[in-house]
Amino acid sequence: MKLTKELLTAGIAVLVLTIVLGIGYPLVMTGVAQVAFPHKANGSQVKVDGKVVGSSLIGRAFVIDTGKKDSDGNPITRPDPKYFQPRPSQSDYSPTATFFSNRGPNSAVGRFFYRDALSTYLDLERPYDPGLTAAKVPVDAVTTSGSGVDPHISKANAAVQAHRIAAVRHLPPARVSSLIKANTDGRFLGVFGEPGVNVLELNLALDKEATAR
Amino acid sequence: MVQGFVQIAIFCALVVAVVPLLGGHMARVFRGERTFLDPVVGRFERGTYRLLRIDPTQGQDWKAYARGVIFFSLAGWLLLFIILRTQTLHPWNPSDFHSGTWDLSFNTASSFVTNTNWQYYGGETTLSYFSQMAGLAVQNFVSAATGIAVAIALIRGIMARRSSNPVLGNFWQDLIRASYYVLLPISIIGAIVLISQGVVQTLGGSVADLARGPVASQEAIKELGTNGGGFFNVNSAYPFENPTGFSNLVEMFLILCIPASLTYTYGRMVGSRRQGWALFSAMSVLFIVSVVVVYIAEQHGTPAQHAAGVHTGLLDGTGGNLEGKEQRFGIANSALWTAVTTVTSCGAVNAAFDSLTGIGGMIPFVDLGYGESVFGGVGTGLYTMLLYVLLAVFIGGLMVGRTPEFLGKKIEAREIKLVSLGVLVTPLAVLLAAFLATATKYGSPSIFASGPQGFSEQLYAYMSQANNNGSAFAGYTGYYQPNPGNLGAHGITFADLLGGVTMLGARFLPIVLVLAVAGGLATKRVAPAGLGTLRTDTPTFVGLLGGVVVLIGALTFFPAILLGPVVQGLTDRLF
Repeated sequence: MKLTKELLTAGIAVLVLTIVLGIGYPLVMTGVAQVAFPHKANGSQVKVDGKVVGSSLIGRAFVIDTGKKDSDGNPITRPDPKYFQPRPSQSDYSPTATFFSNRGPNSAVGRFFYRDALSTYLDLERPYDPGLTAAKVPVDAVTTSGSGVDPHISKANAAVQAHRIAAVRHLPPARVSSLIKANTDGRFLGVFGEPGVNVLELNLALDKEATAR
Repeated sequence: MVQGFVQIAIFCALVVAVVPLLGGHMARVFRGERTFLDPVVGRFERGTYRLLRIDPTQGQDWKAYARGVIFFSLAGWLLLFIILRTQTLHPWNPSDFHSGTWDLSFNTASSFVTNTNWQYYGGETTLSYFSQMAGLAVQNFVSAATGIAVAIALIRGIMARRSSNPVLGNFWQDLIRASYYVLLPISIIGAIVLISQGVVQTLGGSVADLARGPVASQEAIKELGTNGGGFFNVNSAYPFENPTGFSNLVEMFLILCIPASLTYTYGRMVGSRRQGWALFSAMSVLFIVSVVVVYIAEQHGTPAQHAAGVHTGLLDGTGGNLEGKEQRFGIANSALWTAVTTVTSCGAVNAAFDSLTGIGGMIPFVDLGYGESVFGGVGTGLYTMLLYVLLAVFIGGLMVGRTPEFLGKKIEAREIKLVSLGVLVTPLAVLLAAFLATATKYGSPSIFASGPQGFSEQLYAYMSQANNNGSAFAGYTGYYQPNPGNLGAHGITFADLLGGVTMLGARFLPIVLVLAVAGGLATKRVAPAGLGTLRTDTPTFVGLLGGVVVLIGALTFFPAILLGPVVQGLTDRLF
């Protein structure tokens, strides 16, 4: 009898707390979010000509389809030289299904990944920056991030790519530098986090610049 | 590097500053005193008691208290399992996900009820919003509240003056008050701050391929309750969970604030704040060692990067092992988070553990080896550390040849037997599960990497599940999912069941043992401290306590850790 009552109490407690904490709390928070911060709560969407092209918080790839397919039937792409390139991604910048690269420190396969990433980067940038060597390639440019959709690159990485952007888009280097600066997210209060250049916002700013001229 | 240490130092200062505030608040909450929240929350609290048909003033002995914990967790487990298995019937399922397989659902239900939040699945491709909210987030709250309740019951046992009817309080009251007066208010504030930074909070489905959901409400309690189960597969590395340097700071703070503050609550409740600060100091020293080691280790690149000719030195402030790390967090915040999430039993990650350097990757193992005693899970950390305190008092007593006593109570054979079991259950569970997986062929389908890294993945999987942590060397898997949404997916039954049983055993056996210790202590006569009493609020005792934790906790796993991360830290060989 006593045990039955205790079991019943446990069952009721689970149901009551599910309603309060599992339905009430998240729904109230959703209401507050949609009223107070609608833009952020819905994913900081970035629109071009009224169409959602992504989120300013989620990185995306800037590539050209080569028309060819690999052995798995996936389209082969190459970096679009008109745009700043984000970091390599284990998930091709999928914002639908995320996963870690799980590339270990002593991974033999990892060595080939890094070698390829390094040569891809050098092949793309060296024609515009003849002095570029492996020792001048910042590490974020050849490693995958945690999320696979890192929206940022390092300032050093952006500075290397600026040579290419200035040449391909016929922009004065000073103008490219100032656009990079304008699209760099600094540390919180100048202390917390690391500065990073937001690739999507920077590339959209470049496109805007092109239309304006 | 100096800039990184400045960030780490300020973070630690913020935690120290909140300890008396939040710790004092929790002491008032669990003594049943009035708090500033009463005018708002009191009505809901009383209404809940009426619905539960309980009298909160009715005390429970340790057995009744333990039954409350077990029955409540059992009911929660059942409801969660049913929710996971009936996803097709839910509202708020915009991607039309199918139900989870039985073995995955067993693992997941066990994982969230035990405050572990080990995840063999990826949230955004597996679970409906309803499952995340009404299933997982509820357990994020109540498993944390259960941990706090058990810790408070142990404190009451320690303080109790001898009486014929020893009571540890009322589990239902502690559960409700922990949820309504501590976890929910802080979660509401935390969620709003996170939304202001860009964490999404919507019931609308995907927009332009962007997976979304009611993330902020879950993110706040996931950190605050040291649960750690991400809404998205890549957890707090994903920008919609953790978009900025500020959100990262807030989330780390949420993880550590309750476990750290509970030491102060303990000090207040036993009537000596020094006792609380002594525990806090012992925890802090071990924590800071972890942070410093992993931060320095991650400044260096890995053998695979060096073999490919990658330059990992600093270029305009960027350098080190950025594999698996986000640019906006860099090395410092990824390293600090790694230590914060593994000393506590949180297990949320903002960088990939599987991609840490050898020595950096050793730290999560060492932290888990402490067995949730260094800050530890919400509540879990305090009661585990108090077990270590009793053990340290006993060892100290042996050294000077006196009957050990703690806060005026004699520690005798019954307590020491229970304490030893309580401290050893988790390491034994780890070693047994890792042995079963490694020595048989059944573990191998779950392993991703080859060589020592693969062994690390497997050992860590069971260390993490047994310590109710939930972080992972994420190559290790228990679920194959060819398409988003569970259709055609299947679990790896061995890994799912072994993990689930490990989590349940290593959570509830220690809880019952802790409550038994509390029940025994509550019946003991208090003797005034004499000249030969070992004081438990001195630097000497802090040193002894830290030594006992390191000896028992970390050294149990030393040989196993040598085979995994240490090998990789010592060699440039690639596997």
